[in-house]
Amino acid sequence: MSDLRELYQQVIIDHSKKPRNFRKLEDANRTAEGHNPLCGDEITVYLLFRDDVIQGIGFQGSGCAISKASASMMTDSVKGKTRNEAEHLFEKFHQLVIGEGDKAGDPGDLGKLAVFSGVSEFPVRVKCATLPWHTLRAALEGRGETVSTE
Amino acid sequence: MTTPRSTVAAKARPGRAAGFDVARVRQDFPILSRKVNGKPLVYLDNAATSQKPEVVIDAVHEFLATYNANIHRGIHQLSERGTEAYEQSRKKVQRFINAAESREIIFVRGTTEAINLVAQSYGRQHIRAGDEIVITTMEHHSNIVPWQMLGEQTGAVLRVVPIDDDGELLLAEYEKLLTPRTRLVAVVHVSNALGTINPLRGIIRRARAQGVPVLVDGAQAAPHLAVDVRELDCDFYAFSGHKVFGPTGIGVLYGKAELLEAMPPYQGGGDMIKSVTFAKTVYNDLPYKFEAGTPHIAGGIGLGAAIDYVNGIGLDKIGVYEHQLLEYATVALSAIPGVRIIGTAKEKASLISFVLDGVHAHDVGTILDHEGVAIRAGHHCTMPLMQRFGVAATARASLAFYNTKEEIDVLVGGIHKAIEMFG
Repeated sequence: MSDLRELYQQVIIDHSKKPRNFRKLEDANRTAEGHNPLCGDEITVYLLFRDDVIQGIGFQGSGCAISKASASMMTDSVKGKTRNEAEHLFEKFHQLVIGEGDKAGDPGDLGKLAVFSGVSEFPVRVKCATLPWHTLRAALEGRGETVSTE
Repeated sequence: MTTPRSTVAAKARPGRAAGFDVARVRQDFPILSRKVNGKPLVYLDNAATSQKPEVVIDAVHEFLATYNANIHRGIHQLSERGTEAYEQSRKKVQRFINAAESREIIFVRGTTEAINLVAQSYGRQHIRAGDEIVITTMEHHSNIVPWQMLGEQTGAVLRVVPIDDDGELLLAEYEKLLTPRTRLVAVVHVSNALGTINPLRGIIRRARAQGVPVLVDGAQAAPHLAVDVRELDCDFYAFSGHKVFGPTGIGVLYGKAELLEAMPPYQGGGDMIKSVTFAKTVYNDLPYKFEAGTPHIAGGIGLGAAIDYVNGIGLDKIGVYEHQLLEYATVALSAIPGVRIIGTAKEKASLISFVLDGVHAHDVGTILDHEGVAIRAGHHCTMPLMQRFGVAATARASLAFYNTKEEIDVLVGGIHKAIEMFG
């Protein structure tokens, strides 16, 4: 049960049950959809992106606890950040969940997102954790297409 | 499935039903003694692929180690022996599904390729713009997408038979969907996501009455039910070797000889020709006309060994035992608060799809894996069916004859752990 608890930390379970910013952003000027065809996870990320800053963010969709909690905590952590700062955070987060977090320098950068370190022990769940971030990136780039983790 | 009534004695001692000894059978499968995450493997993902008995592993190994050669062309001893073994397997398949002739058995990669073959060969020859192909709500993507592709090529359209909340076909609706424009019915025998066993005889009789051919996706039926293609009177029947305890990469398309004779080849290449000049090629006879290129020889030989093995136990005994397991698992899962079983048809093969309140199927899968229990979580390649039930995904425990009541208990314990973790 111990490494399962590493994966399903209480913070993650809380966020999966009560996701933050779980709504359609009415004044969004950028949106993107993400889809994990393997397990059926679907997410839509809504952004109010102005003056190179994420001024508002929301998401909707359905998915497992990991993807939902990841989306919820992502929205909390990128609000108010520039595109480059958000990209930087995604890189750090990605390294963390594939188990290369130690090489990524200061883990303090990630703040609360560090609770996802347990994902690295479950390689099949990495896509669940990163789907919201890939979708955020697509929205930031204004690609307006569905991103897939396949 | 005509469910054989279990005897009182069998009920008293499940696992030894009607001369079936599950403990002995399990010894035939080397993988069943391994551990996963430090726990004994509980393999409940048989609808995805089945495990292989030692006799299958040995047959493949023996071919590769002692008589590997290309077949149908060599004049040397190894090739002759390989050809003999491969063609023997074709005859075993013929008897397994009671086809009239072995040339009606086309070896393909699997069910998916078999359906694509019919869509592209029979379909492109016979189906035109405005024609209709009838499928059902519970089809696997492999019995949807090939017909959609054919529709894009020809302008034909799909008509979909609806189902009720138990996961049974609405046969009155099916009758209405059969029109003078219907050119083909493509229907699954046993649903991979619900377990429903469809009443094929009536479905086929109704279509045949107006001259419409029927293709049956038998991928999930072949491991559980005795299939008799002549009694069913289906025109095509497709199944995969790896779900009947054989290797992956080998499967079967059965087709009535007169249909196959009239159909153009699916792929061109070696083995499917009688003679080739730059001006004209004469195609080979059945079944080789549809088997271009060097086939999966080891797979074909392995499939033959798998069929021998299944016959050795007997699908009748397998059916009785699996039905007991299904009943036991259905009662046990239904008793867990928050579990909802998706697929409650009266006639079911031994699989249970379920959702758990407040816990996504993918998380259930991870937690069960931690207990050594392998299940499938997701849409099971039946996304339209998931939409019909209003769920994004289900967890699916699919049982084989080597599973036990004790393994169901481990599954139930794992589900309780998931509830506890998310509680």
